[in-house]
Amino acid sequence: MSAHPTPASADTASWYDLHEHDHPEGGSTLLGFWIYLMSDCLIFAMLFAAFGVLGGNYAAGPGPKDLFDLPLVALNTAMLLFSSITYGFAMLAMQGGNVKAVQGWLLVTGLFGAAFLSIELYEFAHLIREGATPQRSAFLSSFFTLVGTHGLHVTFGLVWLGVLVVQVGQRGLVAANQRRLMCLSLFWHFLDVVWIGVFTFVYLLGMLR
Amino acid sequence: MSAAHDTHGADDGAAHGTMRDYAIGFALSVVLTAIPFWLVITQPLADKGLTGGIVVIFAAVQIVVHMIFFLHMNAKSEGGWNLLALLFTAVLVLIVLSGSLWVMHHLNTNMMPMSHSMADMP
Amino acid sequence: MTSADQHWSFLLGKLTLEALPLHEPIIVATFAAVALGGAAVVGALTYFKLWGYLWREWFTSVDHKKIGIMYMILGLVMFLRGFADAIMMRIQQAIAFNGSEGYLNAHHYDQIFTAHGVIMIFFVAMPFVTGLMNYVVPLQIGARDVSFPFLNNFSFWMTTAGAALVMASLFVGEFAQTGWLAYPPLSGLSYSPGVGVDYYIWALQIAGVGTTLSGINLIATIVKLRAPGMTMMKMPVFTWTSLCTNVLIVASFPVLTAVLTLLTLDRYVGTNFFTNDFGGSPMMYVNLIWIWGHPEVYILVLPVFGVFSEVTATFCGKKLFGYSSMVYATVVITILSYVVWLHHFFTMGSGASVNSFFGITTMVISIPTGAKLFNWLFTMYRARIRFDLPMMWTLAFMLTFVIGGMTGVLLAVPPADFVLHNSLFLIAHFHNVIIGGVVFGVFAAINYWWPKAFGFKLEPFWGKVSFWCWVVGFWLAFTPLYAMGLMGVTRRLRVFDDPSLQIWFVIAAIGAGLIACGIAAMLVQYAVSIIRRDQNRDLTGDPWNGRTLEWATSSPPPAYNFAFTPVVHDLDNWAAMKRAGVARPAVGFRPIHMPRNTGAGVILSGLSAICGFALIWHIWWLAAVGFAALLFTAIAHTFNYRRDFHIPVETVIETEAARSRELALAGAAA
Repeated sequence: MSAHPTPASADTASWYDLHEHDHPEGGSTLLGFWIYLMSDCLIFAMLFAAFGVLGGNYAAGPGPKDLFDLPLVALNTAMLLFSSITYGFAMLAMQGGNVKAVQGWLLVTGLFGAAFLSIELYEFAHLIREGATPQRSAFLSSFFTLVGTHGLHVTFGLVWLGVLVVQVGQRGLVAANQRRLMCLSLFWHFLDVVWIGVFTFVYLLGMLR
Repeated sequence: MSAAHDTHGADDGAAHGTMRDYAIGFALSVVLTAIPFWLVITQPLADKGLTGGIVVIFAAVQIVVHMIFFLHMNAKSEGGWNLLALLFTAVLVLIVLSGSLWVMHHLNTNMMPMSHSMADMP
Repeated sequence: MTSADQHWSFLLGKLTLEALPLHEPIIVATFAAVALGGAAVVGALTYFKLWGYLWREWFTSVDHKKIGIMYMILGLVMFLRGFADAIMMRIQQAIAFNGSEGYLNAHHYDQIFTAHGVIMIFFVAMPFVTGLMNYVVPLQIGARDVSFPFLNNFSFWMTTAGAALVMASLFVGEFAQTGWLAYPPLSGLSYSPGVGVDYYIWALQIAGVGTTLSGINLIATIVKLRAPGMTMMKMPVFTWTSLCTNVLIVASFPVLTAVLTLLTLDRYVGTNFFTNDFGGSPMMYVNLIWIWGHPEVYILVLPVFGVFSEVTATFCGKKLFGYSSMVYATVVITILSYVVWLHHFFTMGSGASVNSFFGITTMVISIPTGAKLFNWLFTMYRARIRFDLPMMWTLAFMLTFVIGGMTGVLLAVPPADFVLHNSLFLIAHFHNVIIGGVVFGVFAAINYWWPKAFGFKLEPFWGKVSFWCWVVGFWLAFTPLYAMGLMGVTRRLRVFDDPSLQIWFVIAAIGAGLIACGIAAMLVQYAVSIIRRDQNRDLTGDPWNGRTLEWATSSPPPAYNFAFTPVVHDLDNWAAMKRAGVARPAVGFRPIHMPRNTGAGVILSGLSAICGFALIWHIWWLAAVGFAALLFTAIAHTFNYRRDFHIPVETVIETEAARSRELALAGAAA
C-alpha cells in the first residue's frame, strides 16, 4: 500500500522533509470553493424539494398555466447561457494574460447577468400585480423562494464580478486574482446548472401539470 | 484517492478549458435547451407524461454537458476529489428529493381528512 | 398610536421596556449575578492591561491551536448555562406535585427546555467537537495550519455571535417556547407572536454559517495538507472520523439553513410553507429539518469515536485493532445517516411501507457502530492497559453507550416507537448516547490532549472525583426516566397529577445534583492543575507515550507546529519514529511561511450579531445599515492582499533550541 517501505534506520532525512519549499498560498482554494458550491447545491435541493411537495398546492389560486410565460423564460435562459459563454471567454483571456480582455468579457458577462435579473424582476412584478403574490398559496411561496434564491445568487455574483473587475485593474492577473476569477467562474457556471433545474422542473414541467 | 498527494501545492490541480470546449458546450446547451422549450410550447406529443420524461432527460444531459465543458469536471482534477464531492452531492440530492416526495406523498394519502371518516369504512 | 410612539417604534422596532423581564425574579437575580461577574472580569482585564494581549494573541489569531482552545472555552461557558437550565427543570419536575405549581411558570419553563436543547447541541457539543478537530487534526496530519486560517477565525466568531444572541434572549425579550426544533405551526407567527422564535432562528443561522465554513475548511485541510507519505489509509483514526464529520457538516447544515429560511419567510413575509392555510404543510418542516437533524447526531458522535480510538490505542500501548474496518465503519455510518431521518417521526402517519424502510435502515446502522465497539474491545484484549483518566472515560463510554445504543434499536422498531414516542424513554435514550458518547468523549479528549495544549498534565485526583460523580450521577438521573417512559410519562411536562411518580423525579433530581458535583470537581481540577502546573510539567511533548504525530512536537507546540514536516511511513508514525530512534533535525532550519492575524473575523461577526438583533426586534433601519456595513467590510477585506509573513529563521532556531534543552532536562529527570 505504501510507496515508501518503512525504514528501519534512524536516518533523520527519511523521516523529515528537510528540503521543503514554501507552500504556495491558496493551493486549497479551488477545492474549498467547490465544496462550498456542493453545500449551496444542497440548499437548492431543499428548495426544489419544497417546490416538489408544495408546488401543486394552489389553494384555489392561480397555477402555472395561468401565470408562466414560456417565451419570456426562454429569453431569460438565453441571457444566462450567453453570460456563461462570455465568462468562458474571460477565462480564456485570463489564460492568455490579457487584462483588458478579461475586464471586457467580465463586463459583457455582467450585462447579460443584469439583463437576466431585469427580466426576472419584470416577471415577478407582473405576477404580483396580478395578485399572484408569495403569500397567495404554498405553490407561489415555493416558486418565489426557489426562483428568487437563484436570482439572489446571480445578484451576489454580479457584485463579486464588479469587485473583480476593479481588482484585476488594480493588480493585474496576479495568482490571487486568477484564483478568484476561477472561483467566480465555478460559481457562475454552477448558477447556470441550477437554472437548468429551475426552468425544467418549475416552468416546463409546471406547464405540463 | 491520494495519487496527487505527494505533489500537494505544486500544481493547483484545476483543469482549464479551451475555446473548443466552450464552443462545443455552448452549441450543445443551445440545442438541449431549445428542444424541451419547443416540446412544451407547441406540444407535438399528445402524451404529457412522455413529454415530461423527455424534458427531464434533456435537463440531465445538459447538466452533464455543463459539468464537462464549462466546469471542466473530470476524474483527475484535484486528485479526483472534485468528482467524488460532486457524485456524493448528487446522491444526496437524489435521496433528499425522492425521499421527501415519497414520505410526503404517503403522508398526504394516509392523512387526508376525508378518507378516514367512519362512513367510508366497510 | 401617537406620533411619538411611531418615532420610537421606527427607532427601536418592537423593543420596549416591557421586553426586559423585570417581573421574573429568577431572571433578574441571574442578570445581577452575570452583570456583577461580567463587570469583575472586564475590570480585571482592564486592571491587568490584558485587552491588547487578548486582542492581538487570541481574538484576531488565525492559529488553529488558539482557535481550537477558544472553541473549547466557548463550549465550556455555554455548558454551564445549558446545565443550569437542566437542573432547573429537574427541580421543577421534582416538586410540582400534589397541586404545587413548582417555582417556574409555564412561560419560563417552556423557554428553559427549549434553550437547554438548543444550547447543548449547537453551542456546547458543536463547539467542543469543532474545537477538538481544529486543535488536533492539523497536528495529526503534520500541517502548519488549516487550509483557510482567516476563515477559521471567522467561523469561530460567527459561532460565538450566535451564542451571544441566545444569551441576550435571557435578558432582553424571551427565547422560543417551542422545543429545540421549533416545529410549526407552534413556531409560526399565529402561535408564537413574540421574539423568542426569531432569536432561535437568527442565532442558529449566524452560528450555522460558521459551522458550515469550518466544515469546508477542515475537509480542504485534510485533503490537501497531509504530510508527505500519509495516504488515506495511513491517516490517524481521529482524522478519519473528523473528515467524515466535516463531510456530514457540509452536507447537512445547508439543509438547516434552507429550512430555517423558509420558516423565517413564513414569519417575516407571510408566505405559506408551513402554515395550516393556503396549501402549507407543517409536516414538511418536520420532514426537512430531520434531514439535517439525523446527520447532526453523527456529526457529534463520530469525532468522539475517533477520540476513543486514539485513547484506546495509546493506553493499551499497541496499534488499534481493525484499523481498516474502523475506517469503513465510519464511512458507512456517514452515508447511512442520510437514509434514516424518518425514524424521528414514525408516528406522523406516512404508513407501513415508509416506516418499515426507515426502521430497517436505522437498525442496519447499528452494525457498523457495533463493529467499532468490538474493535476497541479487541484492542484492549491482552493489552497492558494504563487506567489514566482518558482511558477511564473511554471505559465508561463503552458501558454507557452500548445501553443507549440498544434502547435506540428498540426505538427503531416502528410499533414500539408508537408506544414510546415523545415519552421520557426517548429523553433517557438520547441523553444516554449524547452524554455517554459525546460528553464522556469530550472529557476523555480534554484529559488526553490538555498536556499537549498547555504543557502540563491535569491533576488526576479531582478528575477522578469528577468521573465518579458524573457516571453515577448520570445513571441516577436517567434510569428513572427510562422507567417512567415505559409507564407512559411524556416529555416537557411542567406539573404532574399522579403523586406516585414523584419519587422517580426526586431520584432523577438527586442524580442531576451529583452531576453538578461532577462539573464542580472538573472546574476544581482545571484550577488546581493550573495552579500546580510546575509539578505536572510535560517537557517531552509526549506524556502518554502517544502514537500519532501530534506527540512528535513540543507541548504546547510552536506557532508553526513542526520546524520540518514529518514524512509518514507508518499508520502510527510517531510510534514508528520512536521505535526507529529517529533524531530531531538539528540544523538546516529555514524561515517558515505563516498566515497573518486579522481582526476582520471579529468585525464581520459583530456586524452579523447586530444585524441579527435588529431583525429579531424589527429594527429595520439598523438591519439595513448592519447589512450594508457587513457587505462593505467583507469587500474591503478582499482588497487586502498581504495575508502572510515569514517567521524569521532566528526565531525558529531559538524555539527549537529551547525544545532541545527541555528534552535534555526530561531525559536527565528520567
